[in-house]
Amino acid sequence: MSWLTDTLTSSIGRKVIMSLTGLFLIIFLIVHLSGNFQLLMDDGGLQFNAYAKFMTSNPLIKFTSYGLYAFILLHIIMSAVLAAKNRKARPVGYAKVKGSANSAWASRNMGILGTVILIFLVIHMRSYWYEMHWGDIPMDAAGNKDLFKVVSASFAQWWYVAIYVVSMIFLAFHLSHGFSSAFQTLGVNHKKYTPFIKGLGIVYAILIPAAFASIPLYMFFNN
Amino acid sequence: MKLTLKIWRQKNTNDKGAFKTYDIDGVSPDMSFLEMIDVLNEQLIEKDEDPVHFDHDCREGICGMCSMYINGEPHGPLKGVTTCQLHMRSFSDGETITIEPWRAKAFPVVKDLAVDRSAFDRVIQAGGYVSVNTGGTPDANEIPIPKSVADEAFDAATCIGCGACVAACKNASAMLFVSAKISQLSMLPQGQVEKSERAEKMVAQMDAEGFGACTNTGACSAECPKGIDLKNIARMNREYLGSKMGSSN
Repeated sequence: MSWLTDTLTSSIGRKVIMSLTGLFLIIFLIVHLSGNFQLLMDDGGLQFNAYAKFMTSNPLIKFTSYGLYAFILLHIIMSAVLAAKNRKARPVGYAKVKGSANSAWASRNMGILGTVILIFLVIHMRSYWYEMHWGDIPMDAAGNKDLFKVVSASFAQWWYVAIYVVSMIFLAFHLSHGFSSAFQTLGVNHKKYTPFIKGLGIVYAILIPAAFASIPLYMFFNN
Repeated sequence: MKLTLKIWRQKNTNDKGAFKTYDIDGVSPDMSFLEMIDVLNEQLIEKDEDPVHFDHDCREGICGMCSMYINGEPHGPLKGVTTCQLHMRSFSDGETITIEPWRAKAFPVVKDLAVDRSAFDRVIQAGGYVSVNTGGTPDANEIPIPKSVADEAFDAATCIGCGACVAACKNASAMLFVSAKISQLSMLPQGQVEKSERAEKMVAQMDAEGFGACTNTGACSAECPKGIDLKNIARMNREYLGSKMGSSN
């Protein structure tokens, strides 16, 4: 094996892939959220639809989005590989485990949290991404696909908003461990800045999912 | 004290094993956990039954031989101690105590509560040493080492290799142990020469032994009787990745 495959298939290498793809997705969340805020503009969705058109047609964005799909898949596949390997490392389990005595719940359940987020992602992509690309969407006043209509219609259903909000809670817990854990895996651990990274991770894990969830809630109750 | 003990009994490595429940009376709160098992074993011997096998040696909390996964935690509920330094006053009268061996593919059960931890020895053999003869005891301060560095290296060196980190980890990962053994050498001048090679070799052996990967839950450090810090794992990752990317091989 070459040094690169050797590194990337080691226990540390696999975690580094999880860490780097995770950090990329963390940054992506900010981009995604800033786009979502355009849903709140009082223009019947014209600005949001123009933005949606730009995000699906600009070559640079398109190129980046392929990277995003690849990183999401890599994050999922690597987590499955790691989970399987980790399970194999303990073929006979304990009868009694007191996990709360030594670690945070989210840190022990990243796989479950991630799986719920993946299910949400499938629903989410089917609702908007698929519709935007291949769905039959009417045009708005400016001649862009009226994705705003699709979004506001989905956010008028209480159960859809409920799934969205609950998924954001799962995302919050996933981030509460994932953010700082990504830095630790990359070897960033120092008494000068680790407390800051941990604090920032918690703030990020609360603020970003809360901001995401606030939009469907606002649109639901404003209707 | 009167206690109910739910103990894992397993004849040998290939045996399936099962829990067996024992009632024990007259336990003094001042007994250590191992002394309590000694009392149980005397009773079992008198009844012509096979005593419970468990590892122990110094019974002073420094050798790293005792193990036992007690009530869902390695070395029991008390922080910063090994099982031999855990006393029965940490339990309440009438309590049911579940006692299991360390569970990991790399730590096969030898018998009952005793597991084979030679996987750790093989990790050390892979690179946890300094190849050159460093001579006799040098004069103090002959090689200048900042106090903070010496302290940190010493903290890493307090690891007794008991395996509680592996037992506590949900992935049965040995990274806290391996990183402590890497750190204790790589921070000091004598160990720095082979620093990168060492990290690569020891991590490769750790993986080959079948230990899991790290999820950074911190369970290992929280359960470590010597309180080895997670920053050692970060250091190991830095040295491993740095070596993989920067070495000539």
